[in-house]
Amino acid sequence: MKKQKQTHVPSTNYFDLLSEEIVFSILDFLDDNPLDKKSFSLVCKSFYTTESLHRRALKPLRSEHLTKILHRFPCITNLDLSLCPRIDDSSLKVISNVCKNMLRSIDLSRTKFFTHVGLSNLVVNCVNLVEIDLSNATELKDPAAAAIAEAKNLERLWLGRCKAITDIGIGCVAVGCKKLRLISLKWCLGIGDLGVGLIAVKCKEIRSLDLSYLPITKKCLLPILELQYLEDLFLEGCFGIDDDSLAALKKGCKSLETLDMSSCQNVSHVGLSSLTSGTACLRQLVLAYGSPVTLALADSLQKLSMLQSIKLDGCLVTCPGLKAIGNWCISLRELSLSKCLGVTDEGLSSLVTKHKDLRKLDVTCCRKITHVSIAHITNSCTSLISLRMESCTLVSREAFVLIGQRCQFLEELDLTDNEIDDEGLKSISRCSKLSNLKLGICLNITDEGLAQIGLCCSQLIELDLYRSAGIMDTGILAIARGCPGLEMVNIAYCKEITDHSLISLSRCSKLNTLETRGCPLITSLGLAAIAVGCKQLVKLDIKKCYNIDDAGMIPLAHFSQNLRQINLSYSSVTDVGLLSLASISCLQSMTILHLKGLTPSGLAAALLACGGLTKVKLQESFKSLLPRHLFKHLEARGCVFQWRDKVFQIIEMALRSTFYYLQAEVDPIFWKLQLEDVE
Amino acid sequence: MDLKETWKSSSCGNELPKKVPPDQQSFPSLNSQQHQREWEDPSLLNYCTRIDQQFLGFNQRPETPPSAAFNPNSQLKIPDASKTQDWDPRTMLSNLCFLEDKIHQLQDLVHLIVGRRAEVVGRSNEFVPQQQQLITADLTSIIVQLISTAGSLLPSSKHSLPLVNSIVTQLGQLDGGLFPPGSGLNGFVPPHNGVSKVEDQSDQIDPTNVCGPEQNYSVEENESKDEEDADDGENLPPGSYEILQLEKEEILAPHTHFCVICGKGFKRDANLRMHMRGHGDEYKTPAALAKPHKESNSEPMPIKRYSCPYVGCKRNKDHKKFQPLKTILCVKNHYKRTHCDKSYTCSRCNTKKFSVLADLKTHEKHCGRDKWLCSCGTTFSRKDKLFGHIALFQGHTPAIPLDETKGLAGQSDRGEIDESPNKVARIDFNFSPDTSIEGGIHNATNSKGNLDDPAGYFSPLNFDTCNFNGYQEFPRNTFEDSESSFSFLISGSCNYPRKTGGESGSNDPQ
Repeated sequence: MKKQKQTHVPSTNYFDLLSEEIVFSILDFLDDNPLDKKSFSLVCKSFYTTESLHRRALKPLRSEHLTKILHRFPCITNLDLSLCPRIDDSSLKVISNVCKNMLRSIDLSRTKFFTHVGLSNLVVNCVNLVEIDLSNATELKDPAAAAIAEAKNLERLWLGRCKAITDIGIGCVAVGCKKLRLISLKWCLGIGDLGVGLIAVKCKEIRSLDLSYLPITKKCLLPILELQYLEDLFLEGCFGIDDDSLAALKKGCKSLETLDMSSCQNVSHVGLSSLTSGTACLRQLVLAYGSPVTLALADSLQKLSMLQSIKLDGCLVTCPGLKAIGNWCISLRELSLSKCLGVTDEGLSSLVTKHKDLRKLDVTCCRKITHVSIAHITNSCTSLISLRMESCTLVSREAFVLIGQRCQFLEELDLTDNEIDDEGLKSISRCSKLSNLKLGICLNITDEGLAQIGLCCSQLIELDLYRSAGIMDTGILAIARGCPGLEMVNIAYCKEITDHSLISLSRCSKLNTLETRGCPLITSLGLAAIAVGCKQLVKLDIKKCYNIDDAGMIPLAHFSQNLRQINLSYSSVTDVGLLSLASISCLQSMTILHLKGLTPSGLAAALLACGGLTKVKLQESFKSLLPRHLFKHLEARGCVFQWRDKVFQIIEMALRSTFYYLQAEVDPIFWKLQLEDVE
Repeated sequence: MDLKETWKSSSCGNELPKKVPPDQQSFPSLNSQQHQREWEDPSLLNYCTRIDQQFLGFNQRPETPPSAAFNPNSQLKIPDASKTQDWDPRTMLSNLCFLEDKIHQLQDLVHLIVGRRAEVVGRSNEFVPQQQQLITADLTSIIVQLISTAGSLLPSSKHSLPLVNSIVTQLGQLDGGLFPPGSGLNGFVPPHNGVSKVEDQSDQIDPTNVCGPEQNYSVEENESKDEEDADDGENLPPGSYEILQLEKEEILAPHTHFCVICGKGFKRDANLRMHMRGHGDEYKTPAALAKPHKESNSEPMPIKRYSCPYVGCKRNKDHKKFQPLKTILCVKNHYKRTHCDKSYTCSRCNTKKFSVLADLKTHEKHCGRDKWLCSCGTTFSRKDKLFGHIALFQGHTPAIPLDETKGLAGQSDRGEIDESPNKVARIDFNFSPDTSIEGGIHNATNSKGNLDDPAGYFSPLNFDTCNFNGYQEFPRNTFEDSESSFSFLISGSCNYPRKTGGESGSNDPQ
């Protein structure tokens, strides 16, 4: 250290010439990779200080070191604690005492153990809080809501699944937080008309209101629709809302832009017709799992002159209905007919020929459509960005060539469970902007087609090859070469895949999700390569990779310090491997079923050593083998246990002694045949 | 250094609220007040309610029943009254003898009291007031008998009886006032010769009490409607109706229908008609059993309206802006509500008082339970009313009941306070590696119910830092080397949790 200083002092440090503001703006560009900022801060003391002062947002993993890190970064405005398994009142006290007026946003979703006392502390000390996320805080009751109500500057509040909060609590919030612009009360089953009504009466600034699954009726709808600035309204699954209540819409909510009325069983076209007169600005309408899309329904929405996007997922669709949508004078940008029954070539074709500006089209599981529809879609909607057509099994392989030929702006393409073959893939490789490609259960594709994708689609981020049996190492090699930006790869049950694929994928340094489930040829060697090359790895699934053992875990533990989720079931990992994994401080979720080499003591040690665990899936048998106090302790640290009692599948298969099942488990073609048998 | 910094920051935290502008400062202070209330509550409030409950047991009885209790006495005299109707001088004479007797008794009693007074001065014995009570009770009963008998001497018993009754009632009420509030007649076994009488009374209390409320209740329902009608709707021109004014005593009489033969009083005309059947076959005819006013319906009846006997009342006919009352029931309830003492106290809140029993019953239905509270202190029986109130006023907010802010429901406040240091202690136990389990168990027995509280099992200084020192370095070790040390550690770790008895020995090797 001293030597360094001596050499540094005479030489001029050019960074000294730069003002702090300039360094800050340089640092602003280092947002992509969190490790870059870390490297920067480790250069020297002045860099360390500069970076500490620059940092605005923080997402800590544990609450234990909160005091230290908050002192290190004094300018934190956004604090995301959703990764901390345990945040109690003392943690909140620390935050409120250190951050004070600086703090503007805090995310407490998914954390547990804090109460209204801590919240009250936080809100009183951090008067500039604008944003609080308390989703999933199922333990919180009205006193907590009353504590929140003291946050006078609050603009955005999420209370999703806070089931214990009632009208009284939300009434306090309504009175206290006058500046609220966004509030989400999804699944707050304790809140009814009175609470929601009071929010509408007191918080006049509301822009976005999520009331999904609340037991509300038209009583509160009236004051809501009088909100002057309301833009987004979510009423998903509000069974108390019916046609009669929607009649109130006639008076109008001029500012409304997004309306979600999915699963509102009691709303028909009669109620929806009142939408057109009152809500002139409506851009997005979600009517998923609602009443049938008939001529009447389509006509009732006809006059929505600003409508750009409509989602009709899961609705029963009629041909006249689709045709009527086609006859709307507006041009839709987004249409979702996912899982709609009754979508035929005739209806869909007439629709897409009119809406030529479609950017996003979702026809997932529209099982009746054939190449006719695809021909029409590709003909008219040439500017498609996203096309999702999972399980359109009647579409012939020739149709996919059309997609590549005509829709070259595609960025997202979901062809899961389709008849596409190599010719189709080659054609699709023309879509050079493709970033998300799903080819799961496409049994006709091989390395040849995939290699073409690898050559041309350099912007690929996500690739799904789940159970695409024809894919082998060469295909993956081409992808790994051509798509350096890959972040998510799924090669589950591609049984021919070996370590070579993994070694080649290890070049993709941005890879964060890797699923190699059921690839029996993969060994620890390949996994080690991934660990060394892909330091951003967050999610790893090596279930049923029988040849991966402890030797794969040790490099993982050393290099993949960002790993958060791992599935080790059926692999050959033992106590040793598991214990080494425990040194990964990020690790939150583990699925550890059917590890032959795992002993109760090893498991106990690993669980105790792994301080950040929030979710562990274990075999039922361990429940009795390990002491109750151990689980109590781990649960108190914020870990949830899920117990599974499934028979070890190999044994099960042996018992049935049928080759068929064994074959089906590993061989995708047999798997699909089996699936069809079931259907 | 670190320590100092944290200390500084925490001190800063304490100073902060002072710098905040006054309007915001009010909130923390308000908060702290709430907390204070929380703490005061268990000791003070509980105590209060307990005392109140003690009072209650006594309070209720002396205030309500005496009026009812003595009624049966007067009814006992009814046979005499029936005789008087025939104006039999002999009965008159016997009654007078009876009166004489009673007056003598009375004199004796008063003498006794005077004698006792002198004695009492000397000793401050606790059952002196009790004896006094007994004497007063005796006194009251005799006076009541006197009055009722005297009343029966009047030529027409029909009118006199209610009067007597009302006097009795008043006397009873007066009597209730005489009793010291801390004492009562009920559940009290007196060591004195007045036993039989006192017990008699308490026996008689029950039936009258039972029939009282239901009768009154129906009355109340009709009446509230009627009164509203009188207020809102009809504006009968003065003179277009006949004004009746019942006297105060009539109004306060419990019964309105009396048997012309035996003088027995009834609350309902239907019951009186039923009773009349017992007096002979002529009362069994359909005409006699039918509702009487139906016959008279043929002739146009003059509209009857009622005036309150209380001079100066708006309902009194002499008032400038006289507003008549529609029915007798209206008169009754109006008079009781506005011109009588509110003798019925709510047993729940001990603050609300009513003069009409039905009002008390209605109030008690809502009192305490389902109390929707606003921050301004106003309470509502209905949630929507509270929210309407909050929507209307700026700055008012729903108030959360105190017990909810305390968190653990079902546990007594006292218990919770006692337990909190226990919890802390247990967490401390967990901090120390040796006794973690022992501590847990020990405390679990101390404070049962906390066992399931996760906080108890949580220790920031995890087991790994205490018991598994080796593990954290482990992955950096080479694999083969650590195998042996490993198994040792694992065995240690296993012993530790499994033997819940607290095997401190397993941790010894450290």
